[in-house]
Amino acid sequence: MTEEIIIAGFGGQGVLSMGKILAYAGLMEGKEVTWMPAYGPEQRGGTANVTVIVSDAPVSSPILSNYDTAIVLNQPSLEKFEPKVKPGGTIIYDGYGINEPPTRKDIEIYRIDAMDAAAEMNLIKTFNMIVLGGLLKIHPVVQIESVLAALRKTLPERHHHLIPKNEEAIRKGMEIIVKQ
Amino acid sequence: MADQEITLMKGNEAIAHAAIRCGCDGYFGYPITPQSEVLETLAAEKPWETTGMVVLQAESEVSSINMVYGGACTGKKVMTSSSSPGVSLMQEGISYMAGAELPALIVNVMRGGPGLGTIQPSQSDYFQACKGGGHGDYHLIVLAPASVQEMADFVDLAFTLAFRYRNPAMILADGAIGQMMEKVVLPPFKPRRTEEEIIKECPWATTGRVGMRKPNIITSLELRSEEMEIINNRIQDKYRKIEESEVRYEEFMLEDAEYAIVAFGSAARIAKKSIEVARAQGIKVGLLRPITLWPFPVKEVCKLAGQVKGILSLEINAGQMVEDIRLAVEGRIPVRHFGRLGGIIPDPDEVVDALKRLF
Repeated sequence: MTEEIIIAGFGGQGVLSMGKILAYAGLMEGKEVTWMPAYGPEQRGGTANVTVIVSDAPVSSPILSNYDTAIVLNQPSLEKFEPKVKPGGTIIYDGYGINEPPTRKDIEIYRIDAMDAAAEMNLIKTFNMIVLGGLLKIHPVVQIESVLAALRKTLPERHHHLIPKNEEAIRKGMEIIVKQ
Repeated sequence: MADQEITLMKGNEAIAHAAIRCGCDGYFGYPITPQSEVLETLAAEKPWETTGMVVLQAESEVSSINMVYGGACTGKKVMTSSSSPGVSLMQEGISYMAGAELPALIVNVMRGGPGLGTIQPSQSDYFQACKGGGHGDYHLIVLAPASVQEMADFVDLAFTLAFRYRNPAMILADGAIGQMMEKVVLPPFKPRRTEEEIIKECPWATTGRVGMRKPNIITSLELRSEEMEIINNRIQDKYRKIEESEVRYEEFMLEDAEYAIVAFGSAARIAKKSIEVARAQGIKVGLLRPITLWPFPVKEVCKLAGQVKGILSLEINAGQMVEDIRLAVEGRIPVRHFGRLGGIIPDPDEVVDALKRLF
């Protein structure tokens, strides 16, 4: 099994850290993983995307031409990556960030209103974990337990009290993702 | 951290951890994207509190390389890291160290140029790394890692080769290898050498005249031409020895190949995926990955010319290594180049298209 994923949005949305937690969770399951970021000099507001590959076999190229799954969190990212999803692949998009939804008929399209849910839950910073929950619902690339273990491993100790909130966010994402 | 723990980290972070673990005595550097995590990781790890390794942020790359020059004179294991524009600033010091025959490690995590260029990955410093860069007839030993694991492993290897030949070594990585995260098993801890061990290993070094031994003078200056020619000949003899003994490379799916891609670093990773795609379309292609860019695997490329119908040099630049491939092939088969510029990394499908278009 190899899952080739692109996660794309604005800097500050947690794109890179979501990818990192996914990669770390894969690592904890003994899988081969590669996390390849692409972003500009800005810390916030610029475009940011990350390619995450989780595989049972060694990963060749960290740079890909097309993807099994594209997670797109803003309109420019959708326009860039919709054509690059493999036929039969998946797009997950956030309803708040995307005005014109994807139109391809040969792929599976899922909508997740993660930004709205994050605002409702008053947990705006867990936006990316809600999206991750959505991904794990439709493609269980890694187990949720591995994600929690990855959070424990990657978050500084002083932030460990936030892990239950992150778990809540992941489970929320699993609930609210809908097929279009 | 246990010695054999598998962890996830960036290539730049792996360089820093490996430096501490291989018994490095000093790091002198100045921040620049996309390699700043080397200095950041060293600052966070505080090795001066554990191994005693010095970590110093200098006021510029020119200072960094001259601090490395000074440290290297004393036989210490010293290093610096930077990215392309910063490495350009260091060229004078690098040439002096090559002339004074000093072991040191310089890491270049390349970004696109020329000039300040871009902060995105590139491989456009191949010429600078392999053909001199600074003035005078000299070579660096140049290692090109293609994974985060190799970023970690090549630190110790680079120091080993640098001390074996009393010559500066370079790890020539690029922004992609520096910034990407992969699984890595860090090398086991080696203690820093004691003063006695350094005196024994480096009888040439300025370690203090214990027992009033003959003074060791380290310089790249010799105004008498006859003497300077003798020094140059000795250095050239050393280079011939390195060319004979230290060539390293990897072969991938070359057994039945009709075409070959030659690529290093992140381009070699892309090439492997391209080869999977091309083979699924019936194109028999394999990869030769030079691990040492200098010494270049001349014999291996020459041999390849007797097997395949054509060679594609895949580089993230406008065509630099392709010149060395052509020299090795001696006109026997077509050698083409494909690359992207300005910080854009070619994707695997583009490479397959290039293969079809160029042959």
